[in-house]
Amino acid sequence: MEDTDKAAFDFRPGDHGQARLILKGRLDRDTTASIWRDSTQVVRQARIPRLVVQAGEVVYCDGAGVALLAEYKHIQREHGGQIEIQGLRPQFEQLMAVLEIDHLVAPPKPAGTITSFIRHAGFVLNLGQWTAGFVRSMGTETSFTGEVFAKLLKALTHPRGLRWKETLIIAEKAGANAVAITGLLGFLIGTILAFQTVAAMRQFGAEVFVADLVVIVLFRELGPLITAVLLTSRTGSAFAAELGTMKVNEEIDALTTMGLDPVQFLVLPRIIAVIGVIPLLTMFNMLMGLVGCGLVMVSWDIPGAIFMDRIRYAATLTDLFGGLAKTFVFGTLVAGIGCLRGLQTGVGPTAVGDSTTRAVVSGLIAIIVADGVFAVVYYFLGI
Amino acid sequence: MADEPIIEVKDLVAGYEDTVILQDINFEVRRGEVFAVLGGSGSGKTTLLKNMIGLQKPLRGVILIDGTDVVAAEGEERLRVLKKIGVAYQSGALFGSMSVLTNVALPLEEFTDLPRRAIDMIAQMKLKAVGLQGAAYKMPSELSGGMRKRAAIARALAMDPKILFLDEPSAGLDPITSAQLDELILQLSRDLQITFVIVTHELPSILTVADRVIMVDKDARTVIATGTPQELRDQSANPVVRRFFNRQLGRDVRIDNG
Repeated sequence: MEDTDKAAFDFRPGDHGQARLILKGRLDRDTTASIWRDSTQVVRQARIPRLVVQAGEVVYCDGAGVALLAEYKHIQREHGGQIEIQGLRPQFEQLMAVLEIDHLVAPPKPAGTITSFIRHAGFVLNLGQWTAGFVRSMGTETSFTGEVFAKLLKALTHPRGLRWKETLIIAEKAGANAVAITGLLGFLIGTILAFQTVAAMRQFGAEVFVADLVVIVLFRELGPLITAVLLTSRTGSAFAAELGTMKVNEEIDALTTMGLDPVQFLVLPRIIAVIGVIPLLTMFNMLMGLVGCGLVMVSWDIPGAIFMDRIRYAATLTDLFGGLAKTFVFGTLVAGIGCLRGLQTGVGPTAVGDSTTRAVVSGLIAIIVADGVFAVVYYFLGI
Repeated sequence: MADEPIIEVKDLVAGYEDTVILQDINFEVRRGEVFAVLGGSGSGKTTLLKNMIGLQKPLRGVILIDGTDVVAAEGEERLRVLKKIGVAYQSGALFGSMSVLTNVALPLEEFTDLPRRAIDMIAQMKLKAVGLQGAAYKMPSELSGGMRKRAAIARALAMDPKILFLDEPSAGLDPITSAQLDELILQLSRDLQITFVIVTHELPSILTVADRVIMVDKDARTVIATGTPQELRDQSANPVVRRFFNRQLGRDVRIDNG
């Protein structure tokens, strides 16, 4: 007696190019898996002109069982053989009639003869696609930048048109709420910088100059850079996600059809808010960096008064304002790129995530590139 | 066999924490029938559905699906119950990052040892049953509203469920697409002997497909009518039921009466 909780098959080759395949037991999604490979392989290899499937002892059959029977048919058809299914209970036959398919729909090919030719030279194709994409995105970014600047100038000359309440709320989120983390980062950077250099400088008896080093580095480079990186990951990504979600929910379309300009309505308040808060955050970051540095110096027995004196002597207002001037550019880049990526959001559930990632990545790259440009310009200007 | 209950709901009280939305709910769904839960917006019909499919715990009461208490079932037992049911959500809830075929194949990939080709074949069979085999490799975002609902039904059918729960299947569809969906439900019920539980407020399709109906009401917070849709339409003395049917079917009733 066969176990009716399992599926079993028995393949019996006969005379005159005929063979019998006897199926027994349950053909459900769990049991069918156990005989699928073996039974289809036997049938495929035998290449029988006429196959008789005896299904009289099949006690249960669901979608998986029907798929197995259909697979035998496909195999037989492939080599021009015949097939007959005998003894299948009426209810399973009916199921088969409903579900059975003639053929599997093949996945679409990424076709086009030229493309398939080039696929072998995948590198060339990738390079070409990347370049075309890059040029296109540069075009979009340039026109977006132009549009934003034109509208920004207009908003600044006609400030009544701007949504100031919204701008202040965004400024609070991007600025006031980021004070603690910016201060903490600045403090840690100041501490680490001082700590790493003071030991080396002491060998030359030059540990008081640690203050010179830290203050110059913080004012000219690290203060603005770290604050901008923080804003990219904290605020730029948030802008991309907010605007991306609005895009997916058709809210941007709703604005447009109401006659409201999404750039004027959504992008400008964000850019102005970020430009407003980034110099303040940067100064706070620098201040906390100096506090951290001061603590390390004091712990290395350098009097606080000397530390203060060195700072006053080493750093000039040019250093401070040279650093702060950068932040306006960084802020515009962070907010602008965040908003642009948000507005470029596509469709589907991963679209917002993709935009956020792209906002952070391209924001970071833009900041580093801009910082490099500043370094060269400042060098030639003698700042 | 046909009159044997496949779902039994006994003394159910459903709601959220201290808010009771439905109480005193008692009904049975018979094997193979198309059963509809009818009610206006906010009447708690979706809450009832969530309780039946185990997404939400009832405040009190018992829900038996094929003899197993859904509320108490945990681990393996719960999984066994879940494999007996399929749910097609109102929005379709297809996974947007996967093709339609992958959506349907997903439960098979996760729960069976079937080889790739078998899974593709079963998934395409289920898509054929809802008339979507040609759209197998499309993304959900490329489908129309009606196609999305049918794809959701195909996904719900993937594991050969005994019971199919449909949440507002015809909401947001035009009358012709809605009629096609009704036809599909009737066909699946007839050919695959699947029990349907349909939660809806759309009367025309209920009159076409449902064998039996219960109606829940926001103010009564319980079942206010039970019977065939025709009985509710023609014989109910309950003013809420009468208003519901007359308002929605206003035009149809007049046409019916000649």
